[in-house]
Amino acid sequence: MSINASGWRPEMAGKDNADGAAPTFTGNKALMLEEALIFEIGDTTTTGVDIAPAQEGKSRLGNLARDTTIGLPGLSEPETVRHYTRLSRQNYAIDLGLFPLGSCTMKHNPRLNEKMARLPGFADVHPLQPVDTVQGALEVINELAVWLIKLTGMHGVAMSPKAGAHGELCGILCIKAALEKRGEGHRKVVLVPESAHGTNPATAAFAGFKVEDIPATAEGRVDTAALKARLGPDVAAVMITNPNTCGLFERDLKEISDAVHAAGGYVYCDGANFNAIVGRVRPGDLGVDAMHINLHKTFSTPHGGGGPGSGPVVLSEALSSFAPLPYTARTKDGHVHLIEEERAEEFAVEHFGGKLDSFGRMTAFHGQMGMFTRALTYILSHGADGLRQVAEDAVLNANYVLRSLEDVLDAPFAGAGPCMHEALFSDANLADGFSTLDVAKGLIDEGYHPMTVYFPLVVHGAMLVEPTETESKAALDQFIGALRSVAERAKAGDPALKTAPHFAPRSRLDETQAARRPVLAWKDPAPMAAAAE
Amino acid sequence: MRYLPLTQPDREAMLSVIGVDSIDALFVDVPEAARLDGPVHGLPNHASELSVERHMTALARRNTVAGEVPFFLGCGAYRHHVPASVDHLIQRGEFLTAYTPYQPEIAQGTLQMLFEFQTQVARLLGTDVANASMYDGSTACWEAIGMARRITRRGKAILSSGLHPHYVSVAKTMAKYTGDVLDTTSPTLVADMDLDALIARIDDDTSCVVVQYPDILGRIADLTPLADACHAKKALLIAVVTEPVALGAIRSPGEMDADIVVGEGQSLGVGLQFGGPYVGLFGCKDKYVRQMPGRLCGETVDADGRRGFVLTLSTREQHIRREKATSNICTNSGLCALAFSIHMTLLGEAGLRALATVNHAGAVAAAERLARVPGVELVNDVFFNEFTLKLSQEARPVVRTLADRGILAGVSLGRLYPDQDALANGLVVAVTETTTAEDVEALAAALEEVLA
Repeated sequence: MSINASGWRPEMAGKDNADGAAPTFTGNKALMLEEALIFEIGDTTTTGVDIAPAQEGKSRLGNLARDTTIGLPGLSEPETVRHYTRLSRQNYAIDLGLFPLGSCTMKHNPRLNEKMARLPGFADVHPLQPVDTVQGALEVINELAVWLIKLTGMHGVAMSPKAGAHGELCGILCIKAALEKRGEGHRKVVLVPESAHGTNPATAAFAGFKVEDIPATAEGRVDTAALKARLGPDVAAVMITNPNTCGLFERDLKEISDAVHAAGGYVYCDGANFNAIVGRVRPGDLGVDAMHINLHKTFSTPHGGGGPGSGPVVLSEALSSFAPLPYTARTKDGHVHLIEEERAEEFAVEHFGGKLDSFGRMTAFHGQMGMFTRALTYILSHGADGLRQVAEDAVLNANYVLRSLEDVLDAPFAGAGPCMHEALFSDANLADGFSTLDVAKGLIDEGYHPMTVYFPLVVHGAMLVEPTETESKAALDQFIGALRSVAERAKAGDPALKTAPHFAPRSRLDETQAARRPVLAWKDPAPMAAAAE
Repeated sequence: MRYLPLTQPDREAMLSVIGVDSIDALFVDVPEAARLDGPVHGLPNHASELSVERHMTALARRNTVAGEVPFFLGCGAYRHHVPASVDHLIQRGEFLTAYTPYQPEIAQGTLQMLFEFQTQVARLLGTDVANASMYDGSTACWEAIGMARRITRRGKAILSSGLHPHYVSVAKTMAKYTGDVLDTTSPTLVADMDLDALIARIDDDTSCVVVQYPDILGRIADLTPLADACHAKKALLIAVVTEPVALGAIRSPGEMDADIVVGEGQSLGVGLQFGGPYVGLFGCKDKYVRQMPGRLCGETVDADGRRGFVLTLSTREQHIRREKATSNICTNSGLCALAFSIHMTLLGEAGLRALATVNHAGAVAAAERLARVPGVELVNDVFFNEFTLKLSQEARPVVRTLADRGILAGVSLGRLYPDQDALANGLVVAVTETTTAEDVEALAAALEEVLA
């Protein structure tokens, strides 16, 4: 019998109450409510939607009419609302508290963004409507594009990539296309620092490049000398994250860019951490050729429990003409046009001196419009002055955390100067047998989502704390107090920390069993299948 | 600056804890030449909620809203009624403002939802398993082609002429970099899908055949012979479903032995949104699960023996495998998957089948009415809620003319295949439960005038 066929049993939930109280009948603990699966509480004959009867008429489904049961359980509307509301309460979220997940920029998600994205003129518009019926939507894309170009000091932007990793791919494909156009398709190596996000090497490898690691210096930055020494006629590009994943600004980026360009390569910048420098530094001034921007990080579109993201890519003059289709452009008549495959040639004549270089299409339709609307709303709310303040407060908050905790947690790069938007700690001075994981799980009991753990890989037992600019000083002080307390317990070897969390909806989950014997879908115990139809 | 809680005294107190006298001291690592001395030039400063709302509302008003006119567009994005509770529930802050569930003890809400979503999708597509979602249908389709290459170790994919042309474009773009050979052809305005032609092209180098069902012209056919032909040559059958509501009325590709079934889930819960964000569906047979891209949620137990859920099989993924990952994908489309799942739970099987019946009956009635317009010929014999008309003149100008009259008539094949003259008179019309008999009458009357 698979685990899930055994179903949920109340006696399991009631077990091991930390305060010694008797298990409850339901397995619930006051506001901590257990919730069964829809497959256990619903059935195939229940529906929560009233649908008007179909018109009379003959079927034109041929011999394909469904004659089998699908097995999809339904719930009435009240049960549906309750099911998902109960599930929601088992999640931590920014709305509940500080969410210091490094490199993820978990800032407040303004509700005005949500309201604007739901205006029928944006939400209820089809991507293939005639372009003169969607001028407002195209204006949104174009207006956001102009902001992104100006904020980054770049030349162009590809708006269609669906997420950060998709944007990385877009940038790397622009580079590949540019090299091929130059007749230098033989450049096969992409240099990636050890501290990079895993998506960087995965992206480069997908595009057919050979990935080579570049080491970090003892102070957490790219080893410029090693990088320069590796440049040559086989190097296509360098992928650098700035600020990097150790939370540090890559001081030498301009020097590196100049060297890469001199050697005939391009510079890709992972813009995941743009929040630290928006309004203070323009990547275009540092010689970057392509950089993706995570609208779901810097520009506050919601993370949604794992997407949807949105990853526009800003491009240098050298790469702009290679951007994927479709793009939007305002022409002399003041209209914004959607440039798809058929008009690309005409557009290229007007804007790229006749070079029709686009490497193709990355997705159906025009990208994450719903995210563009939200990001533009956010950008207009903050304006140029507010966005600069965003970066300053994000960096201030991170440095405040760093300096408030460096006496209790090892901070490997703190001696080298200020950090940017995130503070990096290691497990160096925890008690024997205590790890970063224990600190993380201890923070859960304190009512926080843990920081990013075990990343970047260049620091042992890394703990990467990114508070963002949307935390008050009081919220930071409480978090600092909580992390200090947990760190002290880990240094003192408090055994209770090894079994934390104690107060979460679940204690530590067995990930090994999940991977060894994957149960990826519900399987009905016999009665449910029989009840259907 | 309403989103920034720090006060000036807070900032000063914090700078003093840090031990510096100004914020500039925290940006010392930025080379002097690259430091901006003030806000970026040429951009406006911060604005009130009221003023931003005015600006955005003015832009929104410049679009023709699908729900306010007779509306017949489909071709990969469909307008369905989404129950009010779906949008309410996805805006619960605990779903909306959560991150990827990397800390499962405090993310069981998202994880259980994903487990339910995976099961719903697998059952709908007729596959053993499904993942936790992809960016959209077009990227899911390409990922499936890559997966077939990894499984079969062959590099030639045969794409049906009925596959959405944007999906074909995405695959062509990506194949340039992976070296996959794509065998593609353009559709023709005939009643039958191109299954026989596909079968004839399968050879020993074929990794997969990709077929859309219903296809870009709305046609449907039994995929079983195609699946058999693929398997006889040890190739995989990939089926693409851009209208999941169809599977409430017709047999699923998985039931017809497709190996991988991908789809666009936008129809349920998500809405049109001018093309995104949408939600890619991805299911396959059990034996291929370790070659699947994207996130997977699995069941397990916690230290106290209670059932719980975690992200699993992450050794396929980029954050572990780096350059050896099955895909570079990091994010999925979590919130859209939630919307899909809630809508599906509200419908249940009974509701989905009723909804599919209404869609089909409405489409049949519309097709019959429109086919009576002089100068209009119905291409399809069989279809679900979308069908193709062949007009007596080029369809694209007709669509533009009707838009000026306040009718969004459908998708002209000239828009999708600008270089294919043989398709220029084709108009693809979608009918859902949101289409009224009056809408159909308005379209028929307008077509009568324009084609006269």
